[in-house]
Amino acid sequence: MDIWALLIIPLVVSVFIALVARKNEELSSYVSIGAVITGFFIVLPYVLKLPGDPNMHPIEQAFTWIDIPGLKVEMGTLIDPLSIIMLFIVTFVGSLIHIYSRGYMHGDPGYSRFFACLSLFIFAMLGIVLSNNLIMIYIFWELVGLASYLLIGYYYEKPSAADAAKKAFLVNRIGDFGFILGIFVIFYATGTFNFIEIEQHIAAGHVSSGTLTLAALLIFCGAVGKSAQFPLHVWLPDAMEGPTPVSALIHAATMVAAGVYMLARTSFLYAAAPDAMVVVAYIGGFTALMAALMALGQKDIKRIIAFSTLSSLGYMVLAIGVGGTGAGMFYLATHAFFKALLFLGAGSVIHACHSNDIWEMGRLYPKMKATAVTFILGSLAMVGMFPFSGFWSKDEILSATFESGNYFLFAMGVLTAFITAVFMSKLVAVTFFGEKKYHGHPHESPYVMTVPLMILAVFAVIAGFAGFPGLEPNFGSFIHTAASGLLEHGGRGVHAEHRFNFMVASLSTVVVLGGLVLGWTIYSRKGMKSDVMEEALPFTYKLLENRFYIDHIYDTYLVGWLYNGMARILNYIEVNIIINFVINGMAYFTRQTGKGLRLTTTGQLQNYAFVMVGGVLVLMIIFAAIF
Amino acid sequence: MEGFPVISAIIAAPLAAVIILLFLKDEMLWLVRAISVATTSFCLALSLYMLWAYDKGKGGYQFVERIEWVKSLGISYHVGVDGISIAMIVLTAFVIFTGVFVSWVGVKQRVREHYIFLLLLVAGVFGVFASLDLLFFYLFYELAVIPMYPLIGIWGSANREYATMKLTLYLSFGAVFALLGILSLYFVAGAQSGVYTFDMLAISKLTLEKGYQIKVFLPLLFGFGVLVPLAPFHSWSPIGHAAAPSAVSMLHAGVLMKLGAYGILRIAMGMLPEGAQFWMPYVAVLCLINIFYGGLVAMSRKDMKFMIGYSSSSHMGYVLLGLATLNYIGVNGAVLLMFAHGIMTALAFSLIGFVYDQSHTRMMYDFSGLAKKLPFVAIAFAIMGFASSGLPGLANFVAELMVFIGAFKDYPFQTVIAVFGIIVTATYMLRCLRDVFFREPQDRWDDLRDATTFVERLPFVVLIVVLFVVGFYPAILVDIINTGVVPLVDKINAVPHG
Repeated sequence: MDIWALLIIPLVVSVFIALVARKNEELSSYVSIGAVITGFFIVLPYVLKLPGDPNMHPIEQAFTWIDIPGLKVEMGTLIDPLSIIMLFIVTFVGSLIHIYSRGYMHGDPGYSRFFACLSLFIFAMLGIVLSNNLIMIYIFWELVGLASYLLIGYYYEKPSAADAAKKAFLVNRIGDFGFILGIFVIFYATGTFNFIEIEQHIAAGHVSSGTLTLAALLIFCGAVGKSAQFPLHVWLPDAMEGPTPVSALIHAATMVAAGVYMLARTSFLYAAAPDAMVVVAYIGGFTALMAALMALGQKDIKRIIAFSTLSSLGYMVLAIGVGGTGAGMFYLATHAFFKALLFLGAGSVIHACHSNDIWEMGRLYPKMKATAVTFILGSLAMVGMFPFSGFWSKDEILSATFESGNYFLFAMGVLTAFITAVFMSKLVAVTFFGEKKYHGHPHESPYVMTVPLMILAVFAVIAGFAGFPGLEPNFGSFIHTAASGLLEHGGRGVHAEHRFNFMVASLSTVVVLGGLVLGWTIYSRKGMKSDVMEEALPFTYKLLENRFYIDHIYDTYLVGWLYNGMARILNYIEVNIIINFVINGMAYFTRQTGKGLRLTTTGQLQNYAFVMVGGVLVLMIIFAAIF
Repeated sequence: MEGFPVISAIIAAPLAAVIILLFLKDEMLWLVRAISVATTSFCLALSLYMLWAYDKGKGGYQFVERIEWVKSLGISYHVGVDGISIAMIVLTAFVIFTGVFVSWVGVKQRVREHYIFLLLLVAGVFGVFASLDLLFFYLFYELAVIPMYPLIGIWGSANREYATMKLTLYLSFGAVFALLGILSLYFVAGAQSGVYTFDMLAISKLTLEKGYQIKVFLPLLFGFGVLVPLAPFHSWSPIGHAAAPSAVSMLHAGVLMKLGAYGILRIAMGMLPEGAQFWMPYVAVLCLINIFYGGLVAMSRKDMKFMIGYSSSSHMGYVLLGLATLNYIGVNGAVLLMFAHGIMTALAFSLIGFVYDQSHTRMMYDFSGLAKKLPFVAIAFAIMGFASSGLPGLANFVAELMVFIGAFKDYPFQTVIAVFGIIVTATYMLRCLRDVFFREPQDRWDDLRDATTFVERLPFVVLIVVLFVVGFYPAILVDIINTGVVPLVDKINAVPHG
């Protein structure tokens, strides 16, 4: 029952704020924060029990939602190590972001609305994590889309925010198009939506490998949308239009992680569909590298972090694609901490400078020490510096890739790490130590904002030890149980788990150090007003700044020409051909015929007599001709 | 309430109200409105009672009443409801109940006559959904269609003469074909069994010859299909919506279009199983025109009512797809979608009407930033838009999901197009939301009022609550619809295929 409370409390709170408490800002924020913290304390006992029982038996609770012949849909929860770890991340990071928001959103006219949407978001996200079947995960998947629409479009009077919200929802819908079809394929292959039952059917060999590959690829489409993988990555950078705590929530701990979580949840499917795994791995690797390159060309502090998020998501998907589900989830966990930290830190900076452009900041370190120190710790975790959390998790992904034999992908991953180190050191150097360019008097944010930063910083530094290779059971073994299944089966799923590869670790450390040194040397020079790369490599910079023109191509050609054009052509056919020509033409023809025939009704007797005689004559001739 | 003629009461109440209204003076506005509200509340209460009292375990037709009318011709007043009809009657009751309030706000001229025609229309609709006699089915059907002519012609907006003429011609044209099919059934079934009767249950029991079934299915499909509207006979519908006053658009899109689908389901499919097996695969192809073409045309429309109008014909394509599956899941989904779409589209037209009555324009490009000025309407509109785009938590999602699952097995290609149609719906709904309600507010709309009074808010709140209740707890309707769908689908699938 306590598990259902996880879902009911945030939903009730959201509705309560919307209907009752919307005028009372203090109350709204307190109940919303209370809801997510209550969630955290519901989850906590499960988390604490986990190390003692890494092979825990999954707990399932369900009730029937639709029951007609041939279709039975349940709403149910599934508690296993995978969902417990995810619940912990969502409620823990979510709580900190809620608390931070109380300070950040202070004085905003839509304060209550903001917290109502946050609670709705938490409800939807916990729903995804708890789902025990595909229909339920799809339902909450869509609800996360709704909540993110509301939060990204929070400043709805800004056209750019209204556009970004719409874009996020629709791009996600394109991914969901594949997702739902994949669910149908699975349903007709196995007759059920339940994860455990599907796994049993697949393990028993009831499903042909072609069907499995098709289903895996279609379901992957959903993850491509939510976790913003190429080619559906375009919504994520624009989604920075939302308030900064939203960026932290959506792009660090929850929404984008949902795609990776879903892949981990259905990893039994991918383990049985090796062809699909290859696609997953390459999409992930490509996204990681592409996004890291794009980040080089950005000036907006939130956008730089957004592109680094894309890149990190690419890493996670790559991990799943090479069979390292545990590594992917481990990265997801550490990423949630350091990325939430970076976003909230960026929010603190923006709060102080009233600008997003890093070239309008500079030398903030003396002004806001708490923010700067935590931000730097987060950045070091992000680039994967030893011994910060990102080092352990990124290393696992790289080793998993290396050991799966995909050396090309491994090279992409290492290159991504190098580029990440360059742009992160640029970000830190320019924002906190560069030439002073801010206006006014920035000052440190209040404690309600900095304390969450400090807590996150602690986790960003130490969370990596949860996956320390010497520790047993460690993070990977929990996920191993979940990912290798509630049933044991021999796939290529998990064999690459947790072998600390010294060669890979030292290579990545050297590469990251190189990137840091390079970035720092270039961007810590005195008197720099704008990005040197812009002058040195104008063409490349333009290409990166405009994100390889992918958005441009989508907007102009796919949406503008193809989609809207098709609609316009059909509308032209509808209006001009079908309605005006065919239908009104028929009406016109009828009317004109009537008009013509009306002329025969002259009212003059001699005309009628003439026609009558003429008619008789014609009939006589016809008769004569026949007989 | 044992022995109380529930169905007759539902049909007779609006007719009785019409007679009372005829004797009132135009100036007695409050009385006119009070009677209309009382009547429709009564119908709503009775329909909900039926929903509650229907014995799902027993199934079949319940609350049956039968009075011989013309014995020599085999005509009788014979009414009764199964799970499918109950869902439709509840839908109608909700739409007319809210429609009366919408007209209260929106209609300022000839109020009494407006309500007379509205109630006449709805009596016909109730009658169709409850009839178990073909002739009465047809009479009620005409009773539901004819009042549209004055309702649009007198109280309509721009282009109303053209719209109402077109609508009436199309619907009469369709009705002629339906009548042709009904009369043919009467004679052929009578000749076969020796007893000439319009009794639908009696005719359903016969096994008609296969060739005949295939032949007579077509005029019925076409006749009722025009009302659905089945593309390419759809063009009366969007302009009819656009020209009609709000409450009439609500009934038109919410209920009248469902009459067509109900006719196909109850008469064509229910009585001609082999005809259904032969023709419904073609419907599964034709409905793609509705879904794809209607959806994309809706996307390029700037007039909000036209957009919803084309959207409706697009979504009725899902209903047709569901019916065409001829399996439990798809047909259940189709009936539930008829209900969900009826409620959602009634909400859409009532909201657009609320804005239009003040702004006198429905063009999206004339507006921006209304959410600031009209927060209540904006939220209601967003809920409507998301319902239409199949967002979970709202009734349409469950229905569309069932249609897709049902259709995927036999018609995977159509399902792919249909699921794509959901993206198209989301596109135009979100674009409309962005253009009209989001972005910077404009000075010219400073005078617009939000829905603040009880009468203004009630219809929106009721319709939204229904969407949420069915969306969260679909079993409340699905369980009862299923009792009607199972025997029907069993009958179709009992005959050998091919």
